[in-house]
Amino acid sequence: MFVTSAFAQETAPAAAEGDTHAGTAMPAAEHEAFPPFDAKTFPSQILWLVITFGLFYLFLKRVVMPRLGAIIDVRIDRITQDLDHAARLKGEADAAVAAYEQELAEAKANANKIGQQANDAAKADAESTRKKLEAELEKKLGEAEASIASIKAKAMKEVGTIAEDTTSAIVEALVGGKTDKSEIAAAVKSASR
Amino acid sequence: MAADKVDPIHQFQIHPLIPIHIGGYDVSFTNSSLFMVVTIVLASAFLYMSTAGRALIPGRLQSVSEMAYEFVGNMLRDAAGKQGMQFFPLVFSLFMFVLVANLIGLFPYFFTVTSHIIVTFTLAILVIGTVVAYGFAKHGFGFLKLFVPHGVPALLLPLVVAIEVISFVSRPVSLSVRLFANMLAGHITLKVFSGFVVSLSAFGALGVAGSVLPLAMAVALTALELLVAFLQAYVFAVLTCMYLNDALHPSH
Repeated sequence: MFVTSAFAQETAPAAAEGDTHAGTAMPAAEHEAFPPFDAKTFPSQILWLVITFGLFYLFLKRVVMPRLGAIIDVRIDRITQDLDHAARLKGEADAAVAAYEQELAEAKANANKIGQQANDAAKADAESTRKKLEAELEKKLGEAEASIASIKAKAMKEVGTIAEDTTSAIVEALVGGKTDKSEIAAAVKSASR
Repeated sequence: MAADKVDPIHQFQIHPLIPIHIGGYDVSFTNSSLFMVVTIVLASAFLYMSTAGRALIPGRLQSVSEMAYEFVGNMLRDAAGKQGMQFFPLVFSLFMFVLVANLIGLFPYFFTVTSHIIVTFTLAILVIGTVVAYGFAKHGFGFLKLFVPHGVPALLLPLVVAIEVISFVSRPVSLSVRLFANMLAGHITLKVFSGFVVSLSAFGALGVAGSVLPLAMAVALTALELLVAFLQAYVFAVLTCMYLNDALHPSH
């Protein structure tokens, strides 16, 4: 009894050990096939791949890709819109610059014309003033010459009278008596010749 | 147990989390299924939340989403023309799914969904199935012109047609094996080098000093795997675009 129980106790761990050995040996034998080529796992892998990949495909197709496509489309739209806007603004700016330059050129031409006109007008004015002044001076000169001539003639005439008076006085003082005025005048005239 | 730790294949093992059996098939919710769910939840959440603002001037996250969207869109437009844009949702989800699954797989202790041939093969069959179904629906038997290139002498025609058919049939295989093998090999290599670090550092100070080399290698490989993760997603999407182009324009 004692022996048998001891034997039993001894054999039990041995049996258990044998079982664990068998337990570890058994999977080893099962997995003798290289795991990726173990056909027993194929149905499970195919099924779960179909399920997961199917869900993934649907999720991407329905949710993710429309969203990504929309984001990118919106950006492209926005960029083309902005580029158009920029091009339009550039065109406007160019037009404004061209208009400004044209106005500037016109203003320059106008200024030149006005300057020229003013110059011409001033020249003509000066010319006419000069001519007028010259004519006036000419006239004044003529008048002055005429007055000089008349004064000279008058003076000359008075020279004759003075000479007659002087002569008559001298004659009266030298000869005495009265003198004939007309005789003296004739004498002065002949002497002054 | 110690051997198990550096077993590079252990990371690819599939174990059920919620056992489900339907009609004699084991369709349990496994760690693989869990990471498929993680992949789509993460990808969807990122795409959804980063674009929630619908900002005219995008932030960083929105830029990433837009870049992915325009990247795939341009890829498809270049390969298949404007008509091809009807397949944009398919190509975009394939690209995002593969990319995010690859990237998630880079985290330690995470399961790489795309490291299983059946997953990549199912995706490839989806692509080729779409090509064949759309090709026949659009062009009827004219779709078979795909296998008859122009300007081939009649004598050579049977040979050329046979080659074209074989190349078409091998497409799903090459498409799936390329992605699967890249992910598998990359993760095994990473695991092996990381395992060297652990086992070398068990040999005292000298071992720890020596383990610097495989550690540097593991770091470099991680960078390489990051590139491969993106590249393989890109290649998968590009080839999908080209195959879809065949469905749209079968007569070359």
